[in-house]
Amino acid sequence: MSVKNIMIVGVGGQGTLLASRILGNVVIRSGYDVKVSEIHGMSQRGGSVVTYVKYGDKVNSPIIDKGEADIILAFERLEAYRALPWLKKGGKMIVNDQKINPMPVITGAMKYPEGIIEELKGKIDLTALDALALAEKAGSVKAVNVTLIGVMAKSTEIPYEVWVDAVKETVPAKALEVNLKAFDLGYNFQEVC
Amino acid sequence: MKKLLLGNAAVARGAYEAGVNFVSSYPGTPSTEITEQMAEYPKEEVFVEWAPNEKVAAEAVVGAAIAGGRAMSCCKHVGLNVMADPIFTDSYIGVNGGAVFCVADDPGMHSSQNEQDSRHYAKAAKIPMLEPADSSECKEFTKAAFDLSEKFDVPVFIRLSTRISHSQSLVEICDRVEHTVKPYEKNIPKNVMMPAMAIKRHVVVEERERQLREYAESCPFNKVEDNGRKIGVITAGISYQYAKEALGDRVNYLKIGMAYPLPEKLIKKFSEGLEKVIVIEELDPFIEEGCRAFGVKVTGKEIFTMLGEYTPALIKKAIFNEAAAESELPEKEIPARPPALCPGCPHRGVFYVLKKLGLTVSGDIGCYTLGAIAPLSSVDSVICMGASISAAHGMAAVRGKEFNKKLVSVIGDSTFMHSGMTALVDITYNKGSNTVIILDNSITGMTGHQDNPTTGKTIRGEATKQADLIKICEGLGVDRIAVVDPFDVKKFEQVVKEEVEKDEVSVIIAQRPCALLKSVKYKGHCEISEKCRKCKMCMKLGCPAISVDESGCVRIDRTQCNGCELCIGVCPFGAIEKKE
Repeated sequence: MSVKNIMIVGVGGQGTLLASRILGNVVIRSGYDVKVSEIHGMSQRGGSVVTYVKYGDKVNSPIIDKGEADIILAFERLEAYRALPWLKKGGKMIVNDQKINPMPVITGAMKYPEGIIEELKGKIDLTALDALALAEKAGSVKAVNVTLIGVMAKSTEIPYEVWVDAVKETVPAKALEVNLKAFDLGYNFQEVC
Repeated sequence: MKKLLLGNAAVARGAYEAGVNFVSSYPGTPSTEITEQMAEYPKEEVFVEWAPNEKVAAEAVVGAAIAGGRAMSCCKHVGLNVMADPIFTDSYIGVNGGAVFCVADDPGMHSSQNEQDSRHYAKAAKIPMLEPADSSECKEFTKAAFDLSEKFDVPVFIRLSTRISHSQSLVEICDRVEHTVKPYEKNIPKNVMMPAMAIKRHVVVEERERQLREYAESCPFNKVEDNGRKIGVITAGISYQYAKEALGDRVNYLKIGMAYPLPEKLIKKFSEGLEKVIVIEELDPFIEEGCRAFGVKVTGKEIFTMLGEYTPALIKKAIFNEAAAESELPEKEIPARPPALCPGCPHRGVFYVLKKLGLTVSGDIGCYTLGAIAPLSSVDSVICMGASISAAHGMAAVRGKEFNKKLVSVIGDSTFMHSGMTALVDITYNKGSNTVIILDNSITGMTGHQDNPTTGKTIRGEATKQADLIKICEGLGVDRIAVVDPFDVKKFEQVVKEEVEKDEVSVIIAQRPCALLKSVKYKGHCEISEKCRKCKMCMKLGCPAISVDESGCVRIDRTQCNGCELCIGVCPFGAIEKKE
């Protein structure tokens, strides 16, 4: 199989790392070669964070170039917009419609761009949802990462059970119940057009 | 069995399987997880510790190796600068049990203050260096490094970079082969490095260099991939992966797995008959200059940058002038999202006050370096670990007493233990009168919560002796020491004002734990009430949860706020309320 590129973008602290680890776990269960590239350290402190998950028969580079991502899973609106140049022609983007103000907006140096979702809808294959509300429904806003993984899982050919097993193996035991619920809410999410 | 492992976890696995007896490190991104992973292995099998700094860690490793154990220390590139002293001399002493120093460079500076290329250390210290290109090689090379170390009686470097350290790929897991600690024999000519002995040891070092150069020619980690092409690429580490993805089988490859010493004959043989030989390496032209010294004509930094990280697209463009894949572009100009102090961060109260008082702030390495970012914009200078105190001493020495009354140093608890103590005693000893603020958040924060001597816990979470910051400062000659909660903004401001005025050394310990610690349980969230007069005093905190909306009203984002209440303390109108 040719290499499939998935990018997870968000704001440090949103739990993108756990999401990429669940994804990595799913991929090895499916018997592929895989590389997952993470960012640790200073960027995690509320900055833009990007993780790459690549799988296929043989993966060399752990990073994804512009125009090469098959799927982008965005945890925040502005980060989705920032990641747009990385999406392959015909690629799919899943966006959590949440707004987190970056420091240049907080200080008033810049404005948070309006109409991002509308603009993206006109350009690309987009699924936008309020994953925070779904996570809250599952029992914790912290489960927003697993909710989004659930949404993405639905658009892949990998069976539901494989995903659930990966969530079970990756998420800490005490948070498992909430996260499994969050995964299901994401998996069963249907966009109202 | 194959497992998906971070490069760092794979280095730890390699050391474990090689029977490592002792690991001592100081945390530093992107190297931290190696030592954290080591601590996941049973303490009966391996002694793992956080040392107060990299020099201490490296010295402990040299000692462990002299005593016959297999030992390893891991650091980031700038940590290697701190380690350099013992390492250069360990090159002369050699080892008894194998010694491995693993250094992780940070091209692109994801979490660092410079972009140095650590390969120069291998050449300068005459120590061999291996450079893996994925997690599987991280494990394999680390295992081999211990054997190499014992075979040639030399410490061995493993060089990683951020993308190797922090990428996960598949690794075959094997069993540990127990290393029995070798007998220790007193050996003054070998282990006591004073001139008479060191002169003789240098002869041994140069002979070893010759043998290592010979070994490099047949080292299994230097690999040729002949695709029958006219262009040859010499590359190493992560650049090899990028090159493979970008160029596929359109070129021949010489993948360098041993970065120092380079294999002269192999490079010459590889280059024979090729129309062009191109060296692809991030940062400095280390392999490139090596090739030139061998008289091999290569292309390198004429077409590649010395700045930042490479990508497959960058390589394709440089070599075949092929454009990257087409992509959509955003139509609007978008704000950057630099890292910021977290909501509830204890440092925020400190920088709010320092900015308000208009002080010059000599900063240091840690989360609190972010006190330089707007709107706090409080920090004036940041150099390296511990320099907040020593640099302020130099500033005061040339600018005089009045300047010193507007000057403070800020340094974290772990950084103070790392190299702040020696700087502080420089000031007390040399009759300085600086004010030093120790930001005691009860943890090593930026690298992801490692314990340190002030936390009273070891890397394995076991209770231990707790270094006492007050007693340390007293012992170093400081008479004025105050402990204040930085979230008590009024009190903190008053103490800082008083202490900078004094003609003697003061230490203010700003004590409040990191908001991300599990033991810290802020509850609920804060809300702006109708009493708000839009004075925007709270906006000066630079809290990610507080912003001004389109209508000019201040809003607190519930999903960001953790209810730390700092903003309640700075609001002059009592307009911020706590909600459960």
